[in-house]
Amino acid sequence: MTRSIRRRLLATGLALAASSLLPFPAAAASKIKVAAIYTVPVEQQWVSRIHKALEAAKARNEIDYVFSENVANADYERVMRQYAESGNTLIVGEAFAVEAAARKVARDYPGTAFLLGSSGKAQAPNFSVFDNYIQEPAYLTGMIAGGISKSGKIGMVGGYPIPEVNRLMHAFMAGALEVNPKVSFTVSFIGSWFDPPKAKEAAFAMIDKGVDVLYAERFGVSDAARERGVLAIGNVIDTQPQYPDTVVASALWHMEPTVSAAIAAVRAGKFVAEDYGKYSTQRFGGASLAPLGTFEKKIPAALMAKVKAREKAILEGSFIVKVVETEPKSN
Amino acid sequence: MSELYDIVASSAFWIAVLRIATPLIFGTLGVLLCERAGVLNLGIEGIMVAGAFTGWLAVFQGADLWTGVLVAAMVGALLGLVHASLTVWLGVSQHVSGLGLTLLAASLAAYAYRVSFPTVSSPPTIEAFAPLEALSAVPLIGPALGAQTAMTILALMLVPIVGWTLQRTPAGLAVRMAGENPAAVEAQGLSVLAVRTSAVMAGSALMGVAGAFLTLSAFNAFFFNMVNGRGWICVALVVFASWRPGKALLGALLFAAFDALQLRLQQSSGLLPVTLPYQLYLMLPYLLSIVALVVMARRAAYPQALMKPYRKGER
Repeated sequence: MTRSIRRRLLATGLALAASSLLPFPAAAASKIKVAAIYTVPVEQQWVSRIHKALEAAKARNEIDYVFSENVANADYERVMRQYAESGNTLIVGEAFAVEAAARKVARDYPGTAFLLGSSGKAQAPNFSVFDNYIQEPAYLTGMIAGGISKSGKIGMVGGYPIPEVNRLMHAFMAGALEVNPKVSFTVSFIGSWFDPPKAKEAAFAMIDKGVDVLYAERFGVSDAARERGVLAIGNVIDTQPQYPDTVVASALWHMEPTVSAAIAAVRAGKFVAEDYGKYSTQRFGGASLAPLGTFEKKIPAALMAKVKAREKAILEGSFIVKVVETEPKSN
Repeated sequence: MSELYDIVASSAFWIAVLRIATPLIFGTLGVLLCERAGVLNLGIEGIMVAGAFTGWLAVFQGADLWTGVLVAAMVGALLGLVHASLTVWLGVSQHVSGLGLTLLAASLAAYAYRVSFPTVSSPPTIEAFAPLEALSAVPLIGPALGAQTAMTILALMLVPIVGWTLQRTPAGLAVRMAGENPAAVEAQGLSVLAVRTSAVMAGSALMGVAGAFLTLSAFNAFFFNMVNGRGWICVALVVFASWRPGKALLGALLFAAFDALQLRLQQSSGLLPVTLPYQLYLMLPYLLSIVALVVMARRAAYPQALMKPYRKGER
């Protein structure tokens, strides 16, 4: 009896092992080579999400992953060509400041798949675009901000008013206004992606004006909030572990669905030029409202109920957060 | 106009001015020391990056904050020695050497950072200098001083110290002579090369401290591009200051005031009848500095031997 079971198990085991080999004969060999090119260090919020997703794919043994960080815009095309020449099948990066050059490279290497962060359109046959379309959780964090602000003054410090910054700010503002139509906004841009002392100064100036909730688009803003005892809302990454008493909620971006979709397409030999933007929305798991964590008990239940209802509506598709990409202004 | 007055009259404004000015004061004094000895040091931007990184790294590794400042100063002095070897001893173009040093030091800091922290997801932080609240008791300027850290106080104290050293001590005289008339230094039996090297090293040490302020006081983490042109501002401020420490302080405070003002103007919508693009506000401190430079530079007497390499016995 036991022996027969064991034998049968062994047989099925062998059969399974064999069948697992059969339909995917190239499973091990189809590990694709991915290269990423970033114009900033991988600690930068936006880029860190792409890096994280690719590192995860590498850990799953799906890809070989190499990357270059802090590549100057002037060098971007050269590095792209270098990676394309060295046999990478998927090249990930950001084309914002190098649109023309990046598209030219893609045309020159039709056999390579390009997946680049861009405000433009996809370009046939092999240039796909993505971006952090996380306006939905940004709207939800805006609702929280509008609900918890006592002074009714909300401050936002940004690097540059580019579309990917603007649409999140606008969604955030719309969310705050839904909860409290009287709320007013102060907007500042510091003209740099990496100057935390300056971002801090801009935030201090806002706090001096009576702002009590800050939208922390840049590093430095949450530090100013912590030092002066006001609240902050995170963006793209969850910074609550570093600022447990300051960061109330964060709108997170998850690059994993985009990366998985692109890798699957390349593996299947079906990679075409398309807009991967949808993979960064909540419905595809590309964006989410971070867990409230330390603020779980501190946000009024009525407010959270409203937020949850909105989130549900977003997931069902009955509520659509408007994408506005003009420069936000103080009011 | 009353809103503008409210901004400038608030203590919060002056707190911000002193904070923004601090790295500029250190850096400007550093450039000034080098140039008074006859050496232009365009390595400042890179030396500040190196100082910001090494000072922060020392503290991150467990050293206390003042040790971090000292490390930044030593790294600055060391890079100054590189610049002095090239420009003072070998007589290489000071522009080329300085810019080369900026590229080298900034890239080296970035490289060392990545080697030390290959896989961090967000920049590691330290416990930075805390404000010296005891100083709030000082009458009139107390509120502005009380929000500052010890490094700002150090910067303010350094201004009279550097001024006094330059004007009233034999060492200061030697430095000034090396910048005006190196042959006179030689006639005194001193080595021009040694005097210039020491001045460049001391000045570069201050530049290193200027960078360290950003990571040890203004913020608590290191970012590659966080110096963000502050070093170049210092080079311009020295011209504005006509190579005098007192005026250097004034220049640094003025620039910082313009910067603090533009941040606040950008945020007050009611002040102007039209909404200006934010870029114009960001430009403001630089524009006003150029205007100030034009006004001041007309009477500026620059060190006569600035950028002239000294070769013994050459006429």
